[in-house]
Amino acid sequence: MTTIAQPSADAAQPVLPGEVEEAMERRWRDAPGIPGFFASVDHKKIGVRYMVTAFVFFFLAGVQALFLRAQLAQPDAHVVGPQAYNELFTMHGVTMIFLFNTPVLAGFGNYLLPLMLGTRDMAFPRLNAFSYWIFLFSGLFMYSSYLFGSPPDGGWFAYVPLTEKAYSPGLNLDFWALGVAFIGISTTVGAINFIVTAFKMRAPGMTLNRMPMFVWSILAMAFMVIFSVPIVTLASMLLEFDRLFGTKFFLAAAGGSALLYQHLFWFWGHPEVYILFVPATGMISMIIPTFSRRPLAGYVWVATSLVAISFISFGVWVHHMFATGMPALAMSFFSAASLLIAIPSGVQFFAWISTMWHGRVRWTTPMLFALGFLLIFLLGGITGVMVAVLPFDWQVTDSYFIVAHFHYVLNGAVVFPIFGALYYWVPKITGRLLSERLGKWSFWMMFVGFNVTFFPMHVLGLLGMPRRVWTYSAGLGWDGLNLLISIGSGVFALGTLLTVANLVWARRRGAPAGADPWDADSLEWSVSSPPPHWNFTTIPSVAGRHPLWEGAALDEHREALAGEDDAVESMGGAGALTRTTPITGGLDTRPERLLVVPRETYLPFVAALGVAAVFVGMLVDAALVGGVGVLLGAIGIVWWGWRTEEDLV
Amino acid sequence: MNLLDPGGANAARIASVWWIIFGLGAAVYVVVAGFVLVAAFRGRRRRGDTEAVGRDSAFIWIGGVLVPAAILMLVAVVTVSTTRALRQPAKDPLTISVVGKRWWWAVSYPGERITTANEIHVPVGRPLRIELTTSDVIHSFWVPQLSQKVDTIPGQVNHLDMKVTKPGIYRGQCAEYCGLEHARMAFIVVAEDTTTFERWVAREQRPPGGPSAEQEARGQQVLVSSSCAGCHTVRGTPADGTLGPDLSDLGSRRMLGAGTVDNTPDNLRRWITDSQSIKPGNLMPPVPLSRDDADAVVAYLESLK
Repeated sequence: MTTIAQPSADAAQPVLPGEVEEAMERRWRDAPGIPGFFASVDHKKIGVRYMVTAFVFFFLAGVQALFLRAQLAQPDAHVVGPQAYNELFTMHGVTMIFLFNTPVLAGFGNYLLPLMLGTRDMAFPRLNAFSYWIFLFSGLFMYSSYLFGSPPDGGWFAYVPLTEKAYSPGLNLDFWALGVAFIGISTTVGAINFIVTAFKMRAPGMTLNRMPMFVWSILAMAFMVIFSVPIVTLASMLLEFDRLFGTKFFLAAAGGSALLYQHLFWFWGHPEVYILFVPATGMISMIIPTFSRRPLAGYVWVATSLVAISFISFGVWVHHMFATGMPALAMSFFSAASLLIAIPSGVQFFAWISTMWHGRVRWTTPMLFALGFLLIFLLGGITGVMVAVLPFDWQVTDSYFIVAHFHYVLNGAVVFPIFGALYYWVPKITGRLLSERLGKWSFWMMFVGFNVTFFPMHVLGLLGMPRRVWTYSAGLGWDGLNLLISIGSGVFALGTLLTVANLVWARRRGAPAGADPWDADSLEWSVSSPPPHWNFTTIPSVAGRHPLWEGAALDEHREALAGEDDAVESMGGAGALTRTTPITGGLDTRPERLLVVPRETYLPFVAALGVAAVFVGMLVDAALVGGVGVLLGAIGIVWWGWRTEEDLV
Repeated sequence: MNLLDPGGANAARIASVWWIIFGLGAAVYVVVAGFVLVAAFRGRRRRGDTEAVGRDSAFIWIGGVLVPAAILMLVAVVTVSTTRALRQPAKDPLTISVVGKRWWWAVSYPGERITTANEIHVPVGRPLRIELTTSDVIHSFWVPQLSQKVDTIPGQVNHLDMKVTKPGIYRGQCAEYCGLEHARMAFIVVAEDTTTFERWVAREQRPPGGPSAEQEARGQQVLVSSSCAGCHTVRGTPADGTLGPDLSDLGSRRMLGAGTVDNTPDNLRRWITDSQSIKPGNLMPPVPLSRDDADAVVAYLESLK
């Protein structure tokens, strides 16, 4: 880096503004056309790709859900048969958990983190591209099962021994087991990237206790991912070994254990619930203060709650297994831990209430989604406490009561914040505001449709209807409610489509958003909408939690940063001109070193293709394909390590 | 199947737990949702400046920590005491062994040497100990009106101690997803007074009588010489297969196909010749019989009581 002549920070002051901007544009924009598409490492492009891809999967899962509801609308119906039904509910769950919720939150994280932190890209831009391609390929991998007529049909948690070769001889479960391990790579490297970015890429002066709450939530999520995803990878790979190589990890007759699988699966499976939920609360903690024109109440409380939740989430997994006949004393601990998690959730909840109570609330569409979230999550949280009560869980686990509960927390309390976040942040991404009128219609249809769909499921559970049944006999008292639920699901689906229509409409016709349409407080609103490729011409220097509400505070700190070293200089326009951004550290978050932001490159794409080929090889049991994959992946990764993509800077 | 309309001691206990947590939950919902709405409307109407940050800690301390902690403490006490009561081992119980199979239930009374399927007769008032196992995948034994559910797990024997308090017929159903026909894996529990139950036991212990009419005799002949005998048992005949349900008392059972349809001659004929149209995917292959043979088998099976 030092060998390259760079203009000093002063020289970057636009003497000829057009010329400097043009130079930055040249430095930061990707190659045009298809080559640029596959090579980009820009966190904003990757973030948007994540979101768009995830939403495609969201609508596939929605179509699957509508088929399920069509089948269940009436007793003894035959819209689809049992095999198709089992595939539908399995793929609905797999899609929502692995291919929508997790990646769409990663998409928001990718897009927003560098902007919120005041830096020019993620810590590892190429790894970021790699993790997106892995996500895309693993999604295509799992969905290609439809081409072979054998989508996974073992439920999204694929309990053994049902999913062992003896009872599921087709490729269905191989798609599942390999697919889960495959996408785990994406989630894990993504989490590493988030952690390093949050710790090392914050703008000077943005100490940890000034970090926006959304970043805190992504950080907590990333730590949960790092410690839990390897376990589900292990579970699914042991299952695949059983299936592929005839090992007997989970076969009781041969000395294996079926319950071992459940322990491994839920050791990830429960933190996973919070992996989805915690970033959603982070979004709410950004939206509510903005539209209450007041800082978030109890910042330290809320941040501590996020950390507490991520710890406790590792101590509750057995509550998914209460009916397996374990000793009561052992289960009581997990019951207590499950009750305990209500406290940090309660803290967050009252922090949001207090923010509104003492603020001045504007009922915009994002705020409506946040309010809808509060009313839905409240109910899901209360039923969550109910099912932590061991004896009650023994009755309602695996019934529609549980289906109701987890849709309140995973659909209501995650999808509603995500839709709110769309209305809140898409203007930043596209530069155009969405229609408030269409947005409010969309919200009310989703809110009403959601409750009509999922509230009656509680009652169905109390009436003894088990989950995952493809049909039921008439006369059990389930008919009317099921019809109502199916109607509600249609209303909910139409509500989501209104938002899609809104997005399409606003792309061309929406009012220009300007840099800060909401009078918000965090740094992403300090740059133009859409932001320039380099995010910040001058890296801001932060002196408080709410840089945009503190006016002059944004840059006063800057003069205090001594030195002429590279890291400080990269904060100015010179850094944007040379694709560098400061790495910061220390308690007061001072610039330490210089990060050279790599240029676009095909290597992540090539490496991801190699990984995909490895999984395809294992699927079709073809050593040749697997070998090609290993080779391709190795070439990609070695070349990647060899060439730093910095040489053109 | 309303679990709040209990016919058994366990279900009654859990129903009372439900009313406690439902009361608490409803109260919490109304109060907290009230706060949300008041905050949202109050803030919307006010003009002027927002209020200082210092006011937040009361909300967080009281609403977020103290009140929830108190409620959770109460809930924990209810949880622990009920859990202990439900796991008390039954004294001098009647032991019933239930094996989950794809997709039906094998039922036997080891002490009484009775074998049947999909229909469990129990005496009212006597402690019961259900021994739960599986011969294939995980299932879950659940009669909502009588008791909590317990899974059947390969390689382990689970116990469910319970007692029926009200006579009646209770529907149960597999609650753990177990493959293709998980939806059609139901059963019934017939709870009777002790005398009726003992009469039932005595009848079950006798091998079924021989065919009493010509058609029934022909039916028996067809059954033992066709593929039926490979999978099904009729005690006292050469039919001794064990893959499918024991048929020795089929005529007395109320339902066919693990609670799928009523046990009528018409349904039975349909089941034998084309069970896939009633319960698609079940493991019984269609039995190609002439119309007369099918009628004969139906007559014979319905005579087995």
